[in-house]
Amino acid sequence: MRRLKILKTNHLSCVLLIAMTLTGLATNRADANRRTEHFTLKNGMEVVVIPDHRAPVVTHMVWYRVGSADEKPGRSGIAHFLEHLMFKGTEKIARGAFSKIISRNGGQDNAFTSHDTTAYYQRVAKDRLPLVMEMESDRMTNLKLYDEDVLTERDVIIEERRSRVDNNPQSILNEEMLSALYQTHPYGIPVIGWKHEMAQLTRQYAFEFYNNFYAPNNAILVVAGDVAADEVRKLAEKYYEPIPRRAEVKRSIRSIEPPHRAARRVELIDPRAGKPLFERLYLVPSYTTAKGGEAEAIQLLVKIMASGATSRLYKKLVVEDKKASSIGGWYTGTAVDSGRLGIYAIASDGVEMTDLEDGIDVVLEDIKSNGVTEEELERAKSGFLADFVYGNDSQTSMARRYGWGLITGQKISDIEERPARVSKVSASDIQDAAKKFLDRKRSVTGTLVADGSKKKQADKRKLAPSKS
Amino acid sequence: MKLSINRFKANRLSVLWIAFVAVVLIHPTRTEAMKIQQVKSPGGIEAWLVEEHSLPLVAMRFAFTGGAAQDPSDNPGVSHFLTTMLDEGAGDLNSQAFQEKIEDLALKLSFSSTKDVFSGSFQSLSKNLDEGIKLLTLALSKPRFDKAAIDRMRQQIAAGLVHDLNDPNKVATREWFNLAFDGHPYGRSVHGTLETVKAISADDLRAYHKAVFARDNLKISVVGDIDAKQLGVLLDKVFGKLPEKSRLKKVVSATPPLGPKRKIIEMKIPQAVAQFGHRAFQRSDKDFIASYVLNYIIGGGGFNSRLMEEVREKRGLAYSVYSYISPYQHASIFLGGVATKNDGIQKSLQVITDVFKRMSVEGPSEEELKNAKRYLTGSYPLRFDTNSKIASQLLWIQVENLEPTYIEERNRMIEDVSIDNIKAVAKRLLKADGLIVTIVGQPGKMEEKG
Repeated sequence: MRRLKILKTNHLSCVLLIAMTLTGLATNRADANRRTEHFTLKNGMEVVVIPDHRAPVVTHMVWYRVGSADEKPGRSGIAHFLEHLMFKGTEKIARGAFSKIISRNGGQDNAFTSHDTTAYYQRVAKDRLPLVMEMESDRMTNLKLYDEDVLTERDVIIEERRSRVDNNPQSILNEEMLSALYQTHPYGIPVIGWKHEMAQLTRQYAFEFYNNFYAPNNAILVVAGDVAADEVRKLAEKYYEPIPRRAEVKRSIRSIEPPHRAARRVELIDPRAGKPLFERLYLVPSYTTAKGGEAEAIQLLVKIMASGATSRLYKKLVVEDKKASSIGGWYTGTAVDSGRLGIYAIASDGVEMTDLEDGIDVVLEDIKSNGVTEEELERAKSGFLADFVYGNDSQTSMARRYGWGLITGQKISDIEERPARVSKVSASDIQDAAKKFLDRKRSVTGTLVADGSKKKQADKRKLAPSKS
Repeated sequence: MKLSINRFKANRLSVLWIAFVAVVLIHPTRTEAMKIQQVKSPGGIEAWLVEEHSLPLVAMRFAFTGGAAQDPSDNPGVSHFLTTMLDEGAGDLNSQAFQEKIEDLALKLSFSSTKDVFSGSFQSLSKNLDEGIKLLTLALSKPRFDKAAIDRMRQQIAAGLVHDLNDPNKVATREWFNLAFDGHPYGRSVHGTLETVKAISADDLRAYHKAVFARDNLKISVVGDIDAKQLGVLLDKVFGKLPEKSRLKKVVSATPPLGPKRKIIEMKIPQAVAQFGHRAFQRSDKDFIASYVLNYIIGGGGFNSRLMEEVREKRGLAYSVYSYISPYQHASIFLGGVATKNDGIQKSLQVITDVFKRMSVEGPSEEELKNAKRYLTGSYPLRFDTNSKIASQLLWIQVENLEPTYIEERNRMIEDVSIDNIKAVAKRLLKADGLIVTIVGQPGKMEEKG
């Protein structure tokens, strides 16, 4: 992100409005004036409108179907670098003036880059919607860059990398684990880029990327807030539709992962580590690649297994055995290609990492062998479905639901029917997902410890003949 | 039977309601009114309410003034410890049973403690509100503080503290407050230290709970699918049994000493992190609003700010550089932060000091003032576009002892800041030579000061 975070698509939920009627959580009044509209302009640009009339404010987002996983080899970080440079100006907008104009109009703006998308957004009073549309459509084709600005901004992204990654051992571990998880697929390359490659990025590379991917037929406009679909349609026809479609805009061909045959380990020793940290990542399907309800089953599996104080892992390792002081898990399911299932734990004082890891694996094996209970299933479902409704409180989170869904290749109906599909997941679906996807051969296990000597001792002990 | 009892109460109450529900129409948005109702329950508990029936949700925020400043002086971290314990079992429900209930009801319940305020956030689906409220009531009035749960939270908090010891931003901030508020409660860490957290006991938690959770230091805001009558009943249930009066220790006012002070904390990291700042005006000061506008121009306004322009846009020295004013209840500070590779941090700090110097002499330009006003007034409605955000705003306004009309007056006060006014305020506020600076990293040859 230009000011905040690079997005790690850690999206636990992705969803909608119709959810409420499907699940009976809402009344008709909410549905009546908040129905989402979806249409396509003549130049191929998709448009989604999500009305929310509670406050006279709108969120305007343009999502490009391109992210860092579409970069050429050797140019890691160019997608994110271009995202920064998009604020530098056009023929019409003076150098460095983009965000200033938004601010002077009482608005907030920013952008973010992930492996699969680059998105730009503004939050403004509704009467400023034409202004931000004019500005965003202008920079879709008219970007102007001065060498001097490009070089200064390259220093900025390298400082951003230092802040985000190099100054933080957990981030280094994460980066190393991702690059070990993916043997050939570009999800293994950090969104922000490798530092030595970032240092080589140029104005020309940025323009190449821009010219290849920034086009109306490769973009999705999402407008949420105090506006009607007809109004947005008129404005979009005025500002975005005149931009000519570009032939053949496609994501880059991405390498397909070969079969994974060996569990991998990443061990980071860093004096800044704090308490010993354990992490495990599994390669699993995403909402886009999953077959018939498997993604929903993984989502609920993670909830039952690893989220919150009632999860299996927390109860066993934090409450009962006291091997970990905290533990948790997540599912990164919103992706064009594969998804990821993650688990982390912080070891309690005096607990060996191997002991913690064994304890975690016992819990996982138990779910594979014996499944989950109906009570756990119902609790996970009700929490998941309630999160949809909570999400409806925010026009920005609504805009992101649809943006993320569409940009990663789902259809509106996929997004809107998800609650119904979650409701259908059975306990045996979850056990099947556990058996199929908690496969160590498709995983990376990472550890972060402050002091390497302890680890060596533990290894020795492991090698020593068993006491029994 | 339940229904008839309710109806009876409701009839009787409706008379009271006319007496006690004050309604203020506020236009944070200029186009449509947001109706803030000042509700007083039958038991005398007050809250601000905005009804919003288009979503089946209710959001409540509440705060007890006191916060970490009420921790025992030799035992910092008690209030933070308490924030982790209120959902760890209450009444007949042990920790697991309580957590299961929260999840079954899909409640969102969390607590936090800052220097001045202990606050809670509660969100529920309308259909689960009654059950959810029962759980909240238990959490606030009958926390169990079971030993196993205390030990578990102790481990978690300690792990967080060890992590913070290695986080350069956390270390720089902690050291800054140590220098600025030596001997004052604000100089102590809200999360405590490894030593104090090791020793905090159930008795410590109980003592804090007893002293701070009361009705005379309580502020409440509610937004969502609920009306004034329902809210009145709910308020009495949740807060009605709390003691009438809190027993807060007196906290003295503090004014951070003027620098120059500079402290360097060596840490093996590639990028040095610095915090810089000095004293500022409290909210009651006549120049507070002007200083708030001035901060936007210096470092609060992102790409519209001078710090961002000079440090990042012109020189590429940092990804993030910012400043803000924190008007606490007993002090006020103007604080900023920057992170630059080790061999560039001195340059960044020099550029920042120059911005302070120049601004104190010349003040902002008319153009800068105009742009600041346009952002600060124009973006105000963006703080009111979700139920949760409205609830937070309304709570904060109450904690600051302001009236609901503040929402309308705020933009006018900002508009009223004149160029002469803000230039004088820049002179009065900014002390380029009086900065307290803490640097974490390997900044090379650099002298400590003060």
